[in-house]
Amino acid sequence: MEFVVASSVGVLTAAGVYLMLRLRAFPVILGLALLSYAVNVFLFASGRLAIDAPPVLSPYGDASYTDPLPQALVLTAIVISFGMTAVLVMVALGAYFESDTDRIDVDAPAGEAEGEDTPG
Amino acid sequence: MGDGGGLLFAMALLPFLGALVPGLMIRAGRDACAAFTAIPTALALVMLLVLAPAVLRGEVIEARLEWLPQLGLSASFFLDGLGLLFAGMILGMGLLITLYARFYLSGEDPMGQFYTYLLLFQGAMLGIVVSDNILLLLIFWELTSLSSFLLIGYWKHLPEGRQGARMALAVTGAGGLAMIGGMLILGEIVGSYQLTDILASGDAIRASEWYMPALILILLGAFTKSAQFPFHFWLPHAMAAPTPVSAYLHSATMVKAGVFLLARLWPALSGTDAWFYLVTATGLVTMVLGASIALFKDDLKALLAYSTVSHLGLLTMLLGFGTRFAAIAAVFHIINHLTFKAALFMTAGIVDHETHTRDVKRLGGLAGAMPITFAIGGVAALSMAGIPLFNGFLSKEMMLEEAVHVGGLAVPLLATLGALLSVAYSFRFIAHVFLGPERDDYPSKPHDPPFGMWAAPGLLAFMVLLIGILPATTAGPLVAAAGGAVIGDAEMPYYSLKIWHGFNLPLLLSVVAVAGGAAVLLRHDRLERRWRETPRPEAKAIFDRLVAEAVRWTRTITEYAHDGAISRYLAILVGASVALGLVAWWGGGVGPRTRDPLPIPTAVVAGWLALLVATAATVLSHRRRFRALVLVGVVGLMISGGFVYLSAPDLALTQISVETVTIMLLLLALHFLPKETPVESDRALRLRDGAVALSAGIAVAALAYVFLLRDVDVISDYHLANSYEGGGGTNVVNVILVDFRGYDTYGEIIVLGIAGLIIYALMEALLHGPAARRLRDTDYAHDRSRDRHPLMMVVATRAMMPIAIMVGLYIFLRGHNEPGGGFVAGLVISIALLMQYMASGFAWTQSRQRIEYHAMIGWGVVIAGLTGAGAWLAGQPFLTSAYTYVHLPPLEEFELATAMLFDLGVFLTVLGAVMLMLYSLSRIARYAGETVNVEPMDYDPTNRVNGLRRDG
Repeated sequence: MEFVVASSVGVLTAAGVYLMLRLRAFPVILGLALLSYAVNVFLFASGRLAIDAPPVLSPYGDASYTDPLPQALVLTAIVISFGMTAVLVMVALGAYFESDTDRIDVDAPAGEAEGEDTPG
Repeated sequence: MGDGGGLLFAMALLPFLGALVPGLMIRAGRDACAAFTAIPTALALVMLLVLAPAVLRGEVIEARLEWLPQLGLSASFFLDGLGLLFAGMILGMGLLITLYARFYLSGEDPMGQFYTYLLLFQGAMLGIVVSDNILLLLIFWELTSLSSFLLIGYWKHLPEGRQGARMALAVTGAGGLAMIGGMLILGEIVGSYQLTDILASGDAIRASEWYMPALILILLGAFTKSAQFPFHFWLPHAMAAPTPVSAYLHSATMVKAGVFLLARLWPALSGTDAWFYLVTATGLVTMVLGASIALFKDDLKALLAYSTVSHLGLLTMLLGFGTRFAAIAAVFHIINHLTFKAALFMTAGIVDHETHTRDVKRLGGLAGAMPITFAIGGVAALSMAGIPLFNGFLSKEMMLEEAVHVGGLAVPLLATLGALLSVAYSFRFIAHVFLGPERDDYPSKPHDPPFGMWAAPGLLAFMVLLIGILPATTAGPLVAAAGGAVIGDAEMPYYSLKIWHGFNLPLLLSVVAVAGGAAVLLRHDRLERRWRETPRPEAKAIFDRLVAEAVRWTRTITEYAHDGAISRYLAILVGASVALGLVAWWGGGVGPRTRDPLPIPTAVVAGWLALLVATAATVLSHRRRFRALVLVGVVGLMISGGFVYLSAPDLALTQISVETVTIMLLLLALHFLPKETPVESDRALRLRDGAVALSAGIAVAALAYVFLLRDVDVISDYHLANSYEGGGGTNVVNVILVDFRGYDTYGEIIVLGIAGLIIYALMEALLHGPAARRLRDTDYAHDRSRDRHPLMMVVATRAMMPIAIMVGLYIFLRGHNEPGGGFVAGLVISIALLMQYMASGFAWTQSRQRIEYHAMIGWGVVIAGLTGAGAWLAGQPFLTSAYTYVHLPPLEEFELATAMLFDLGVFLTVLGAVMLMLYSLSRIARYAGETVNVEPMDYDPTNRVNGLRRDG
């Protein structure tokens, strides 16, 4: 089971990073979404894995519980990463409307590039 | 806190509190404004006088308040003789300057601002001299740099003022930075940041191998502040400030801060060869250089500025001697210099104010027209020259005596040369401004100023005479107390403050200096011509070149590192993180495995494969955006499944509802964005990115795998044990959210609310910018479905609405004991509302509900905050929860907890934020020409039935 979780986190990270390095806003947002999945699962897993041990106190005597703290932290992290994604989407939309392109890199100013070529 | 400690605190804080008032009181007029500046100063001065007798008896008054004990930072003050001397100077001069400035500033100058800055500066300066903690002292030190920046640049319309302020800030600020380093080293050597501890461990400090770096760094701070060579150049440029500022900061107080620090740390740092050579040489060079430049300056204030530089050099030299007698002489000269130099600055200000020029070449012969000013200026200048019966003579004699004692030839000769030049420029101040024939080409007809303006310098000139004639009675006790504080535990040396010491070598040197100074002045014209012909390095030009060079360098580096290619930054960031992780791996290694892996059932393998395939497919088909978005949804779903399996029902619920909302949001956004991503990166770039991504993925996977198989200590046992007892809930995750770590959650809902408001604000800004025009011009019609509000969907969502709301409420109510809670409930209800919007259109739905989403966010935060604050009423810390069980007959026993109210706040904020985000996007859609439907659905069969009925 540990291998399944670790490999999933790795694959999500790799995919997230790759998409994040693309040049357009939309893949970058998708990449960040994938990366937040990876980070959330990673944080959640820091409480170690447990099956059939939800941290809901049982009235029937001794039961084993998994670590609730990472879960609480990840719960808010999921909601916050949604907020972040939403802000990013809005920024990307705004940039697209204003500049008519959703490229994320600022191109070198045209004047400078030409200036270097012109002799004198 | 001992006797007088409270008073000391109040005194140190008064100027800062008072600083708030003048800015407001200016509405009541200039006199009221000046009066309200004088009140806190006068009050602080009274407090100082109340404390003074005890200090003069040799007691030390202390006040201490822990601030950040972990860092050794405490708000502790102490008042000994040296502190008393400086505090008296700061407050007394502050009062006189307040009075003088009232008459000096013209009606157009914003006086409230001036007095506020002045009090801020006064507070900072007072803080330096009474701080008992060197970290606190550093804070005040920086504050004086900042407030003096404001004061020097007070006349914002003058470019000299702005440039002078910037130069002063750059030089003293840089010195301050060096001093922070030196002070931290000093604190580390001693093991305490309390000044009293540091002063007591002088031997340990001098023996430490870190002594030299600490000394050099601290001297850099002191020398820049006190305008010592080679940092002296900023002071004359700071003279662009109004004259009250020059008199206060640049003669009496701030420039003495460096000297004060040398005197303060004298017991800890002095007595070594390094101290002697560094400090004495710097002081000596500064004294001679400053005096010679002063002799040839035509601007009265520049003349005085350089003479101040020279006298500060004298003080530094005296402290550098390292002998106890020299330290006493330095303390005495500080008092004398304060009185005559401040009087001279104010005289210069009066001359400038009345004749409208400060150029010595255009002045002369003012004695007749301005007799009072002449008398005041004359007394002060004679004192500066060191003529008997004026106080400057006494301390100059002591200085010469000690210079002779130090021995050698260079020190006494140069000291005498300095004194000689000092005589020359002091005589010049009198002769070239006041004496000589009266002229008829002054820019303005000179006459004496009103009493208010000459009262302050008059009082100072009176003190010059008083101390000069009766030194032992007037200044004696203060000199003894302050001098004793400087030299610390060491025995007081023999000294006597009197005019006549008999015929001795210092007196002879004095006579030489006076005669020589007069002779130099007589040959001033010839000397001046030669001075002007000699090429000299111009400090301002060098400084400007340095600044320009630094700016050029930083610009080059910034433009290279910050070239706008975000993907490059991200690649570097990821690469660097992986590299750091590798370093940690090699450095630390990993412990042995302590956990056995759990078994992997078939269903999990299926889910895992689905996740891998969906992720890979997302990457491969990311250019087709809709498809990629759907695939991301699959990934999210698989993760929710994983959470269910791995005992995290709350996370699964949250993940799946957030997933839904995110996908809807991205779908809405994609409506406006291009649907395809063009191929832009070449093969090499894709390979590079692939390599970066792969290395990050492998690193994270390896890290996760390693730590998953090793145990750590956790703190959750506490949460599990106390969840029910303390928090009243059995769902530990929810209890952590609303109780144990409720403060975190409170912060998080605020962040979420802010995110919602940011989106709203961005949308508003967009719709008022050029984007709005583009939106209106773009035709999105071809993307639109012809059946936008289908019958099936409308009916289905209507039917589901109450059920969804029920589910939301149920999840909310059970949250404390079973998986659920405010976060999930908020998301579920948003989804229920979103479905209505999707079915019948946003505008149609919006017009049928009356809730303002902004208000909802606000209410959520307020409810959560008030619930937390409610605990105060019960005498508990913020966010302590209380609960009780209620039994209403037809229902089961249920629980009422304040945590539920807090969760209600969470719920409202989440709901409001999500809906506000959606609302913003749909506003954009409306701008883009989205039509508003009046009917809930495009084709409504009931219309036809009703129509048939009417017809039939």
